[in-house]
Amino acid sequence: MRLLTHNMLSSNIKGVINGFPLRIEADNVVVKQVDFNPDFLKNMFSKIDWKALAEASKIMGYPELPDETPDHSILDSDDFLQKFHHALLELHLEEGALVCPETGRRFPVNKGIPNMLLHEDEV
Amino acid sequence: MSSRPELQAPPEIFYDDVEARKYTSSSRIVGIQAELSERALELLALPNDGIPRLLLDIGCGSGLSGETISENGHQWFGIDISRSMLDVALERETDGDLILGDMGQGLGLRPGVMDGAISISAVQWLCNADKSCHEPRLRLKAFFGSLYRCLGRGARAVFQLYPENNAQRELILSFAMRAGFAGGVVIDFPHSSKKRKEYLVLTCGPPSTSTMTPSAKVEDSNSCSDDESSGDEENQTVSYRNRPRKRQKITKKGKTRSWVLKKKEKMRSKGNVVPPDSKYTARKRKSRF
Repeated sequence: MRLLTHNMLSSNIKGVINGFPLRIEADNVVVKQVDFNPDFLKNMFSKIDWKALAEASKIMGYPELPDETPDHSILDSDDFLQKFHHALLELHLEEGALVCPETGRRFPVNKGIPNMLLHEDEV
Repeated sequence: MSSRPELQAPPEIFYDDVEARKYTSSSRIVGIQAELSERALELLALPNDGIPRLLLDIGCGSGLSGETISENGHQWFGIDISRSMLDVALERETDGDLILGDMGQGLGLRPGVMDGAISISAVQWLCNADKSCHEPRLRLKAFFGSLYRCLGRGARAVFQLYPENNAQRELILSFAMRAGFAGGVVIDFPHSSKKRKEYLVLTCGPPSTSTMTPSAKVEDSNSCSDDESSGDEENQTVSYRNRPRKRQKITKKGKTRSWVLKKKEKMRSKGNVVPPDSKYTARKRKSRF
């Protein structure tokens, strides 16, 4: 699972008000090369929750992203875009878990697939 | 036994390892899926500016529809309830991420982040109550509600579906409308029993000219061109708030002097008291009367 997906996912348990961001427990992280596309990154930039992304990429072992939300003008810098690209699309969480920030419920990640199925009492 | 998989077992059980492999190794199904997803993408009407969008594939299964999205240069991630199908998708090394989840429990995505959603032959599963805790209405409500939230304004969602009957189609539609979507059903090749395919085309936000339901494909012998809008298309536009009121059928037709005289004569013959005929008979009253 890429951090792009992690940045979109939130906990869906009944009663949880703010289920975002899901905390990552990383057991195994793999890097897969993906084609670099600056247009997509520029388009996605405004939709990304930056703090969650920076935090997540740190946990995944890539602390290169700035902590604070960078200004829109930084998108002209190729260096930044490369880092953004790497964090967003190339880091894969292979084994581990996602943890709901409110309830602490663990969603296990197996072979890169997070299991977001809820139990009957959580719907 | 019925041939509809929906009636045989819940999706996570029906699509077990054997069925998942069968599904993806059948070149006929692969071909149909590719065709359906191609058409769904077309109905999604993403702006043609070369920028990859982030799409959601609901009921992605083994990633057959996702492959079409990747071929069109977009990013996607998929959600499916069958682990076996997702395992096949892993083997096929799809480009998008996969999530094991139940769409009937809500999608659990941040608001306004997706540029569009497609779903191939999946939504009709929501109408089944496979477990004791399942209530199709609640599941449809949760699904469409969460989908509406996670789509950006003006984004579209296109579902290809096989409703079992008219009631099921209406049920799905009514919950989509209740969630706030505008749109309707597009039926391609409505007169062909084999090629007939239904698509539910939904748009976030209030209806406008941009949320018009696209026209359906119809049987055409000389071309299978995509922009065929002529002919007997069958669109069921549902939410169209500016629909003019039904015209009241008041016509002056027939109420001429001769009609009135005839009527009076008839009433007289019945023995009713009828005022005598004069030059004023059947004349219009002055407005200041």
